[in-house]
Amino acid sequence: MNLLILLFFPLVGSLACLLNKNYAKQTALISALITLGLAIVLLSDFNADASRQFVVDFAWIPQLGINFKAGIDGISMIMVLLTTGLVPLIILSGFNRTFKNPSALFALILFMQSGLLIVFTALDAFLFYVGWEAALIPIYFICAIWGGADRIRVNMKFFIYTFSGSLFMLLGIIFLHLQTPANNYDIDAFYALNLDANTQGWLFWCFFIAFAIKMPIFPFHTWQPDTYTEAPTMGTMLLAGIMLKMGIYGVIRWLIPVVPLGFIEWKQVAIILSIIGIVYASIIAFTQKDIKKLIAYSSIAHVGLISAGIFAWNVEGVQGAMIQMLNHGINVIGLFFIIDIIINRLNTREISAMGGIAKVAPQFAIAFLIILLGTVALPLTNGFIGEFLLLNAVYQYQIWAAAIAGLTIIFGAVYMLRMYKNVMQGQLNELTASFKDIKGTEILVLSIICALVIVIGVYPKPILHISEAAVNGLINQVNNKLAF
Amino acid sequence: MIDLVWLIPLFPFIGFLINGLGRNFLPKVVIGSIASLAVLASFGVSLGIFFEFNATEPVIINLFDWIKVGGIDIPFSFQIDQLSILMLLIITGIGSLIHIYSVGYMSHDAGFGKFFAYLNLFVFFMLLLVLGSNYVIMFIGWEGVGLCSYLLIGFWYTNANYADAAKKAFIMNRIGDLGFLLGVFLIISTFGSVSFAEIFPKAAGMISGDATLTLITILLFIGAIGKSAQLPLFTWLPDAMAGPTPVSALIHAATMVTAGIYMIARSNILFTLSPVTMSIIAVIGLATAIIAAIIALTQTDIKKVLAYSTVSQLGYMFLGLGVGAYTGAFFHVLTHAFFKALLFLGAGSVIHAMSDEQDMRKMGGLKSKLPITFFTMLMGTLAISGLPPFAGFFSKDEILAHVYEHNKLLWIIGLLGALLTAFYMFRMMFLTFWGSFRGTEEQKHHLHESPISMTLPLIILAVLSVVGGFIGVPEVLGGGHWLSHYLAPVFESSTSKMGELALDHTTEYMLMGISVGGVVLAILYAYIKYIKNNHVPVLDSEPRSALAKISYSKFYFDEFYNAIIQKPLDALSGFFYKVIDKSGIDALVNGLGKGSIEASKTLRLLQTGNVGFYIFAMVIGVIALLLYSFFKF
Amino acid sequence: MDNITSTIQVVPLNHYILLSAIIFSIGVIGVLIRRNAIIIFMCVELMLNAVNLLLVAFSAYSGDASGQVFVFFVMALAAAEVAVGLAIIVMVYRNTSSIDINVLNRLKW
Repeated sequence: MNLLILLFFPLVGSLACLLNKNYAKQTALISALITLGLAIVLLSDFNADASRQFVVDFAWIPQLGINFKAGIDGISMIMVLLTTGLVPLIILSGFNRTFKNPSALFALILFMQSGLLIVFTALDAFLFYVGWEAALIPIYFICAIWGGADRIRVNMKFFIYTFSGSLFMLLGIIFLHLQTPANNYDIDAFYALNLDANTQGWLFWCFFIAFAIKMPIFPFHTWQPDTYTEAPTMGTMLLAGIMLKMGIYGVIRWLIPVVPLGFIEWKQVAIILSIIGIVYASIIAFTQKDIKKLIAYSSIAHVGLISAGIFAWNVEGVQGAMIQMLNHGINVIGLFFIIDIIINRLNTREISAMGGIAKVAPQFAIAFLIILLGTVALPLTNGFIGEFLLLNAVYQYQIWAAAIAGLTIIFGAVYMLRMYKNVMQGQLNELTASFKDIKGTEILVLSIICALVIVIGVYPKPILHISEAAVNGLINQVNNKLAF
Repeated sequence: MIDLVWLIPLFPFIGFLINGLGRNFLPKVVIGSIASLAVLASFGVSLGIFFEFNATEPVIINLFDWIKVGGIDIPFSFQIDQLSILMLLIITGIGSLIHIYSVGYMSHDAGFGKFFAYLNLFVFFMLLLVLGSNYVIMFIGWEGVGLCSYLLIGFWYTNANYADAAKKAFIMNRIGDLGFLLGVFLIISTFGSVSFAEIFPKAAGMISGDATLTLITILLFIGAIGKSAQLPLFTWLPDAMAGPTPVSALIHAATMVTAGIYMIARSNILFTLSPVTMSIIAVIGLATAIIAAIIALTQTDIKKVLAYSTVSQLGYMFLGLGVGAYTGAFFHVLTHAFFKALLFLGAGSVIHAMSDEQDMRKMGGLKSKLPITFFTMLMGTLAISGLPPFAGFFSKDEILAHVYEHNKLLWIIGLLGALLTAFYMFRMMFLTFWGSFRGTEEQKHHLHESPISMTLPLIILAVLSVVGGFIGVPEVLGGGHWLSHYLAPVFESSTSKMGELALDHTTEYMLMGISVGGVVLAILYAYIKYIKNNHVPVLDSEPRSALAKISYSKFYFDEFYNAIIQKPLDALSGFFYKVIDKSGIDALVNGLGKGSIEASKTLRLLQTGNVGFYIFAMVIGVIALLLYSFFKF
Repeated sequence: MDNITSTIQVVPLNHYILLSAIIFSIGVIGVLIRRNAIIIFMCVELMLNAVNLLLVAFSAYSGDASGQVFVFFVMALAAAEVAVGLAIIVMVYRNTSSIDINVLNRLKW
């Protein structure tokens, strides 16, 4: 099957949403499901032992050496599955909410999906950059139009933050472009470059800042809690579930293999920043009073572990990161959906105003607990596979680093269980007494997420298998290059 | 039969699924029977394996590949050997008794179905823990039982204190789990595998005192500290009494808390080769045993007494492990499972009869009202006190004999602890069953012996508490010590490195004599104080002597942790959020934006709106450019 | 064509340059110091024509017609400018009853 169909089908769906105003959400869901179907067709043709597949490559702006080159290897396959799998859930999660101008909202979501898919499959730096920014524009509008009270200020900050990061990356891309023998943007040409260590050192920072802001890594994270809090829940899900993975994916595909010497030089700094982020964000999450902000900070901590594992750069770390990206996407979407349900019913984000919900909403409590356990990485849930591999990777780098990063296991339990206790347990109050248990699409979404949490945790092998060959290939490629 | 080992955890898991899904509409009888039968079925299979198994080498049963990444290969597989078989029997045997007991105990609770679902799930995870053939599968069970413990402690979650206790248990366990996990990583990097079958032979070839081994064992021991409630992480266990009493009996006395001992016994060769760790274990075990025993002396809540007694007994087991008495420690796990489960279930029966009253100051004189409960609990108390020929005597004696050989000072302290145990256990018995009734009239009216589903398990456990010790009668008393022979293959490599216990018979008789004599004196003292003088502990509001106060306040451990860990972390959290995040990084970022705004505010003043000025500026600009190009080129 | 060129060449080139410099300076100074928009406008035209004069002169002297072609462009531009500029001034007058440029200082921050 042609990869282009997958990449641009969401745009068709987006257009259909705009035209079909009365049934926008249904149209969007159908489109997202078809895209998921396309991805599954792609997966069935996919050969995990071979490298890049389904490559499309044609001249786009030949005068500037820009090609439209995209293809899928195991790493991209995971990301494509993540994107196509989560978007239907995200759309479904908004099914029984009312929005002003829903057709525009769903159209933007699908538009963003297209941009994300381009980012995850691009093999041309220019195309990658275009996708990178194309994904930013819809989320900006989603947050700016459907967000909370403080959305304009927060959004401006978010946009400028990430955009200035991107500009550094653009600088790096153009520099690399000028260095390539054929003056193009091809990823293989970038990989083949042999720049001196100094150049690679500052190039590392150009890319690192862009990716670090997107993830976000401490201290580039301050846009994130505010934006997650103010964005509409679907926007938050897109941001936390998929968009931040652009940064992680970027590190794996565009940062470390492109500037291996720069990576070696700054490896330690990157790992230390990641680990600081884990502890720092976890500790902040302890006393957050706003439930959405608590999850936002916990997300920083989890992403910190993923990035630490990647920068340790061994098979366990990168494989752990791959599966953990998927898991984090699933779990964080589940958590934000849970929180959306709570906020929607109670009209408050204050944890102190809640309590005892488990009594009146037992099904909701079970779903919450399962997703929460996935988040705190209990064995036999998906989170454990990822955290085990990631911590092991960090351990191989440095035992103390692993001990400190491992605090996430304890701290995660502390803030998550504290939240669960304050929200779900204890006595009911006037506000929570009328809480209705979940029904309809809510049950559907939460059961899918819970099922994924457990299935991946019990049998992760198929997913690990998808990316295994690609990850090994990439790591060998970098190591060979470093060996010279 | 051995090939069917996967059935053992499967039965409780199926029970969990059925009860979990049908908790709201299945009748209570069905739920209770399914749950109990599931565990009984596992017990049956375990018995079958017990009789069939006679190999000296462990049997490994591979189910599927779980995680396989890079240098890590973790199969989902089970290991059958003498150690796991005995644990299987304890878990499923005592587990099924407690399930049956719970049918009666929980019959009035609204969460009946949920309770049995959780209980089955717990058994499932506990079985995974002991069946796992590598450290990671063990870790699944390890954390899984922690989860069930969390769920069951917080079973009555509408009470915020109970929910807090559950949270505390989970978090303290997690602290240990981090140590365990790091230990596993170190094992992977040292041995290149997590499977017991590959690690232990390699480890046996290493020299004693190897630094890596020491670090591995210390990290694993940290895991055991959390799970088995040792100093300094023991405070969660007494709080865990917030859960229903059968939970305390099953999880917090008989099975889960002994997981740490099981793990160390399982990895005995690693520990044998790390003398430093062994000393640490012995000291921590002993300290825990003594401190918990001292705290138990003044507690007034019947379950709290038993909880501290459990902590104290676990301390003994670690003391045994620390001096290399693996068989002795495991023997104590076994006998302790019998008598402590019995005591908890008995206490549950008392609480049930007293309409959920747990304060011993309000009990008294229950002997005649609850004869079966009284008699069975008395058996348990005699067993835990270490009087011959009850079960506890043999196991405790074996540990103390090893300690004596190892270090006389440790033995003296350990003996002191044993006397304290006898004292506080009989204090509990006397306060509860002797004297006159001190509760309200209404409670008195409701007093009744528990139904047969509750007393039957009590009777069975009482029998086991009496005769259970005979599987390990030492040679000096004319026994063959069946247990030690049975477990010999498991501890073979360790015993070959340490040598057998080498005390002559006279010393052994003397040791037994001293401990039995001391215990009898302690019981007599308790008798004089609580029966002759009718002493009843004072109310919380009344003053206590300084020592009693320290004991009653549990040595202020909770307050201490609160002050040095929780408060500072919360303060740090506020500091990070308000100062570093908001006024630091975020202010810097916002400052960049504000800076540009300020700069533009200043610059825009140049736009005066006066056309003449614009033209003037333009002309000046043109002239400047001309001059520049004129002089430059 | 020849006689025109020769006629132009009767006057030395320096005189043309001087003359157009003077006219240009008058234009510049007029733009700078007058406040009446129409006069400023005429001064701009003056500058343009000074340049035109210079272009024609140079064109004649160097025998290259492109300079004169350029002058036509300038004249066309000036015409267009007059059309737009005068319209603006008329509109300004209608709105402010004045064509004093100091009154037009509202175009600022």
